[in-house]
Amino acid sequence: MDHLLEIRNLKITTLRGKDKVYLLDSVDLSIRKKCSFGVVGESGCGKSITASAILGLLPYPLRVAEGSIRFDSRDGEKELLKLSRKEMRQVRGEEISMIFQEPMTSLDPIFTVEMQMFEALSFHHPGMGKGEMREIALEMLHRVNIPRPEQTLASYAHQLSGGQLQRIMIAIALINNPRLLLADEPTTALDVTIQAQILHLMNDLKEQRDTSIIMITHDLGVIAETCEEVAVFYAGQIVEQAQVVELFTHTAHPYTKGLLRAVTSLGGAQRKLYTIPGIVPPGGQWSRGCRFAERCEQCMEKCREEMPALREIAPGHFCRCFLQDREVEA
Amino acid sequence: MKRKDRPVAGRALPGNESILRQLWRDPMGRAGMIGVGLVILMALLAPWIARFDVAKMNSKAKLAAPGAEFWFGTDHFGRDVFSRIVYGARVSLEVGIVAVGIAAGFGYLLGMIAGFFEGRTETLIMMVMDVIFAFPSILLALFIVSALGTSILNTMIAIGIVNIPVFTRTVRASVKTVKSTDYIANARSIGLKKMKILFRHVTPNVLAPFTVQATLALSGAILTEASMSFLGLGIQPPNPSWGSMLSDARKYMERAPWLVLFPALFIILTILSFNILGDSLRDVLDPKLKL
Repeated sequence: MDHLLEIRNLKITTLRGKDKVYLLDSVDLSIRKKCSFGVVGESGCGKSITASAILGLLPYPLRVAEGSIRFDSRDGEKELLKLSRKEMRQVRGEEISMIFQEPMTSLDPIFTVEMQMFEALSFHHPGMGKGEMREIALEMLHRVNIPRPEQTLASYAHQLSGGQLQRIMIAIALINNPRLLLADEPTTALDVTIQAQILHLMNDLKEQRDTSIIMITHDLGVIAETCEEVAVFYAGQIVEQAQVVELFTHTAHPYTKGLLRAVTSLGGAQRKLYTIPGIVPPGGQWSRGCRFAERCEQCMEKCREEMPALREIAPGHFCRCFLQDREVEA
Repeated sequence: MKRKDRPVAGRALPGNESILRQLWRDPMGRAGMIGVGLVILMALLAPWIARFDVAKMNSKAKLAAPGAEFWFGTDHFGRDVFSRIVYGARVSLEVGIVAVGIAAGFGYLLGMIAGFFEGRTETLIMMVMDVIFAFPSILLALFIVSALGTSILNTMIAIGIVNIPVFTRTVRASVKTVKSTDYIANARSIGLKKMKILFRHVTPNVLAPFTVQATLALSGAILTEASMSFLGLGIQPPNPSWGSMLSDARKYMERAPWLVLFPALFIILTILSFNILGDSLRDVLDPKLKL
């Protein structure tokens, strides 16, 4: 397998009453080995459920309706959607781990950090002794730059700060050396200086441990800082995908352009902050045409009638927009 | 030395000692603990405290007023009210604890199942609970006892069944809250089994509301037992129960008011103590109320 993870034609549905409603519609993603892949988009466009689907942890009543997720694990290629529950548990934590948005609530409040690190270790290494586990836990805390690891091990979640907790969450996620780390808005709940530290830490760890990262965020700054490749999600679809530099320099899709214009900056002339009008249409209320049409400044008649395809407009740069067709034709 | 270096805890760490100590620090909690403690002591030490046999009739001292020999007076059979009150505490606590045990046990199990395994199982369990819940509890308890026959065990079972829905609902609601937290998502993402998550992470995190509910249900159960005994379908004579003592006393209320006064007083104080203790316990166990 060339890629670490290949998602093909992934469709996720939920139930609204008795109706099936699509939340994710034919998503294709390929994650290279040792790569940071960014997934960006507004709330409710399918970023987080894609991550949940990879881990097989979609909450009821969400389910994968169609598609395949192939993963190049240590013991060969696996189709994640076809694994038994037991096999899937082996993948979780050991091959693929996840860190969440809210570090403050990601640790169980009634157990110490040590107990929760041991839990992650002992599940995948049943025979491991306490001394050895302690050594590994201390080593991991040291790696994520936790000062005074011994004391931290004996602490409860409420005794630690958000930044420290997110470091601990990263330590727990990486303790079994997974090949893929899913980071769902890992820095959103942290203040800006801590954000930068956490992002640097994740970059360093990726280099040291050959772990690929899927970084889910709504912050293009985070993408620019950490990722090599990026996919822009809108209403359950990928609307644009490219190498990071390409995406920022040759932005093609009107939605991505809107996102970039909506980024605040300190330099430059003072102007009113740009916002894209409207909201993401919720699943089940998508038009048959382009899903961004309602909010697009360059919307044409064709856009309301027909869905544009995701086409390669430059090597490695994909975009789902009729405007690009016109430019290519012209 | 190592302890000193640790960051100072902002709230209670798990552990019984610290919870009891915090209860004691709260004046209301202290009052509740003392009240409940006295009732428990009374029940445990009944054979030593009681001055007469509870069932022994004394035809020479019918309806005697409170005095040096009969502290709380005697009833129409000449039985010592004080001794009957003391043994009555035993009955009340026994019924309360066993009934709450039944209710809490089943309620916990059903609530866990309903909360953790959503879908049809949950709908079914909650529907049955709603049906039980829809009856006035005393009416349902009386119905169950008249179906099973009157005995102390059946009284306990009846009160237990009536209280199951409250526990099921409390546990189900807490399980759902805990289940949607990030630390459960995190536990799943490191590969832990569902059952392990249920017992290791969910169970201890729902214990706080559960404990508070149990304390409050205890007072409710004692009150229900008193009401049932008052109506004649609870504890049967000659066993002393505060409720049946009240019931017997009705006819002699004007001639011997102490027959009403003392059982009523003990019912009120016991219920009050348990309720205060429950409220205080809720404050101690809920860290959010302390900020």
